[in-house]
Amino acid sequence: MSLLAIKGLSLSIGDTEILHDIDLTMQAGEIVAITGESGSGKSMTALAVMGLLPNGSAPKGAVLLDGTDILQTSEPDLCKMRGNAMGMVFQEPMTALNPVQTIGDQVAETILIHEKTTKPEAHRRAAAMLERVGLKVSPKRYPHELSGGQRQRVVIAMAIALRPKLLIADEPTTALDVTTQARILDLLRDLVREFDMGLLLITHDLAVVADVADHIVVMQMGRVVEAGQTHALLSNMQHPYTKALFEASTHTVQLPVRTDSVRLLYAKHIVRDYPMPRQTLLGPRPQFRALDDVSFHINHSERVGLVGESGCGKSTLTRAILGLEDVQGGEIRLDGEPVFTGKHPNLAVRRKMQVVFQDPYSSFNPRHRVDRLITEPFHLLETPPTGQARADAIAKALTDVGLSPSDASKYIHEFSGGQRQRIAIARALIIEPELIIFDEAVSALDVSVRAQVLDLIADLCRKRPLAYLFISHDLSVVRTVTDRVLVMQAGKIVEQGETETVFTNPQHPYTQTLIAAAPQLPALGMAV
Amino acid sequence: MSRNLIIGTALTLLFIALAAVSFIWTPADIESLDIPNKLQTPNAANLLGTDHFGRDILSMVMMGARTSIAVALVAVGIGMSIGIPLGLLAAARHGSLLDEFIMRGNDLVFAFPSLVIAILITAVFGASAVNAIIAIGIFNIPVFARLTRGAALPLWERDFILAARVCGKSATHISIEHILPNITNLMIVQGTIQFSLGILAEAALSYIGLGAQPPTASWGRMLADAQTLVSIAPHTALVPGFAILLMVLGLNLMGDGLRDWLDPRIRVART
Repeated sequence: MSLLAIKGLSLSIGDTEILHDIDLTMQAGEIVAITGESGSGKSMTALAVMGLLPNGSAPKGAVLLDGTDILQTSEPDLCKMRGNAMGMVFQEPMTALNPVQTIGDQVAETILIHEKTTKPEAHRRAAAMLERVGLKVSPKRYPHELSGGQRQRVVIAMAIALRPKLLIADEPTTALDVTTQARILDLLRDLVREFDMGLLLITHDLAVVADVADHIVVMQMGRVVEAGQTHALLSNMQHPYTKALFEASTHTVQLPVRTDSVRLLYAKHIVRDYPMPRQTLLGPRPQFRALDDVSFHINHSERVGLVGESGCGKSTLTRAILGLEDVQGGEIRLDGEPVFTGKHPNLAVRRKMQVVFQDPYSSFNPRHRVDRLITEPFHLLETPPTGQARADAIAKALTDVGLSPSDASKYIHEFSGGQRQRIAIARALIIEPELIIFDEAVSALDVSVRAQVLDLIADLCRKRPLAYLFISHDLSVVRTVTDRVLVMQAGKIVEQGETETVFTNPQHPYTQTLIAAAPQLPALGMAV
Repeated sequence: MSRNLIIGTALTLLFIALAAVSFIWTPADIESLDIPNKLQTPNAANLLGTDHFGRDILSMVMMGARTSIAVALVAVGIGMSIGIPLGLLAAARHGSLLDEFIMRGNDLVFAFPSLVIAILITAVFGASAVNAIIAIGIFNIPVFARLTRGAALPLWERDFILAARVCGKSATHISIEHILPNITNLMIVQGTIQFSLGILAEAALSYIGLGAQPPTASWGRMLADAQTLVSIAPHTALVPGFAILLMVLGLNLMGDGLRDWLDPRIRVART
C-alpha cells in the first residue's frame, strides 16, 4: 500500500475552484516534488494533506495517509496525527519559530504534546534530534541567535522529532542562500533515506526539483498537467506547460554587443561602517564594517552583475551608489561628480541613476495611480514636462515596457507581480537615466514572468545605450544578462571579471563554492 | 460594513443632528426659568421632563450636545494639527536629536495625569469652555504624535520611499506626499476615539464646574446639578448620563468599525 494517495481531490472556496481532480501517490522513502508557478495550487495541496484547509473550503475526493482519509478525519484526531504521523517544514524559518522560546524547548514541546514522557527525557531527545539535523549549537539558544539556515534546521528537527511517516516541505529553501540551500537539501535527502519517510516537496524551483526528487508532479491552475519519474519526465516532456516552465527556467537572452568604454560610475576604496549597540553602558559603540575597501567601475552602456549571499553588503552598496547614505572612506563618482553631496542631493547626478527594487508589492505607494507613480522621477528635472508632453512621456514609458497607455489611470493593486515590475522599470526609464540599478529585480517573480522581464531588459539595451548594475543571488540570471560580474563576500569584492570567464573559471574559493552550490538543471530536456 | 460601524455611526449622527437642530430650534428656551414647573417627569409638553429650575431637559441635552461636540472637535483638531506634523517630523529624522527631543517631550506630557492637569489649567486660567478645549487639546498632541511616528517608521523602510528618495525628494515632500496618505485611516480612527475621550473629559470638567459656565448648557453640569435630586427626580440625572454614555459608545463603536472597514487587509479577507 502506498504511504500517501490523493484521489480525485477537488477544492473550491466560494465559487472559485482552487484544485481540480488531483491524483498523486507516493511510497515510503520517496521524494515527490510538486512544482508549478504561483497560484498553481501546490501549497493548497500540501495544506489539504495536513488537513489544514482554510475555513469555508469544500474538498471532494480522498486524501489517504496510510489508509486513513484525512478529509474524513475529525479535528481532534488530526491534531494527534500532525507532528506525529506527518510533519511540515515552512518557507520562512523566522516566522515558523517562536521567538521567545529556546530551540530545545520548541522541539521538546512537539514530543511532549504527542507522547507521555518526562520533560528531561523530551529535552534529551530534542537535543539528540537537533544534533541529528546538523545543528552544532546549544539547544538553549533562541531563534534570533541563529542564522537562516540554522533556523531551518530547527524547523526540520521539530517536524521530524517523532519520526513521522510523511514530511511536507513547502518551499523549504526559497528563503535561503544557495550554499545553505544545498546543505539543507542534502539533509532532507539523508533524513528521508535514514527514517524511510515520504517527503512531499513543494517548490517553484525546477533545478531543485531535478536535483532531489524521485517523482515530479507539475501543476498549473489547480490541475496536475504532468507527473512521472523525474528523469523520465524531464527527458521526455509531454505537456506544453512543462516545456514552457523548463524553457523559462533556463531562459537566456541575447545582449547587444557594446562598444563604449568610457567610465560612467567609479567607486574607489569605499568603506561603510555601521555603529552597533554598546556592549557596556558607557563603552564605545563597536562598528560593523558593511563595505570594506570596495573598488569597481561601470562603463557607459555596460551591464555589470553583483552576486553574493544575504548580508554580504549588496544593499549597503546600492544605497551608497544612489547617494542616499554617506560612506566613511573612499569616493563614488558618476561622470566625475560625487554621488553624495550632503543633505541637498545633486539633482544633476541623481538624474542619471534610477533603481528597480525586488519586491513588486512594496515598491509603489498604494494610494497613487500609475501615471503619478511613474512620473515621480520628473521631480529631478528642472522643468518637468506638463500637459500633453507629460501624457506622451507616460504613454511612451508604458509602451516601452509592454503595457498599454490606458494603464496610467489604474491603481497598482490592479496589476500582477510581473506587470508591477514592468511599471517599476517604466518609472526608472522615464527620465532616460544612464545607469539603472536592478536590486534583485527578478528574484520575486515566477520563472515565466522572470523570462519575460529579462527579455524586456535585453530589448531595452538594444533600443538605447543603457548601463546597469544587476544585483542578484541567482547566478544563472546574472550569467545571461551581464557582461561583467562582481562577486561579493562579507563586504569585500573577492572576484571580478568578464561574466563568462568568472563562471567557467572561477579563481576565488568563495566563487567556486557559490557556483558549485547552485542547483543545475540537467540539459537533457533541451533535446526534446 | 460591520454592525458596530452602522450602530456607532447612527448614534453619532443622532447627536450631531441634535446639536445642529439646536442652532435653529429647541423645544423650549433654556434661559427662561419656570420654577412652578420644576422637576416634571417626562410628559407631552416636556418630552424628557424639566430640571430644578423648570427648564426643558430635552432642550438642555440638545444645547449640551453642541457644547460637548464643539469642545471635543476643537480639542481633537488641536491634537491632530500639532501632533501629526510632530510625529511626521520625528519619523523623518528618526534617530536624530530632534526625534529624541520630540518623543521625550511627548513622554513628559504623557507622564502627567491628563485630567488633573486639565483641572490645574482651568483653575489657573479660569473656568471656561475655551480653557477646557486647550487643556484637553494639549493632551491629544502626544497621542497623535506617537501614533503618527509609529505608523510612519515602517513606511520609511518601504521601497517606494527609497524610490522617492532616489528621485531627490526631500523628507518634507515625502512625508506629505507618501507617508501622510498611507496613515490617514489610522488618524481618522484615532480621531474618533480621541473625540469620545474629549467628550468624557469635557463632561468631567463641567461636572466639577471647570468647563463651560452657565448659562451655557453642558452634560457634565447637568449631572452635577442633578446630583442632589437623584432620589426625588432620577430622570434629571439619567438623561444627561445616558446622553454621555450613548455618544461615547457611538464614537467608540464607529472608531472600531472604521478601523476594520478602512483596513484593506481585513476588507479583502472578508470579501
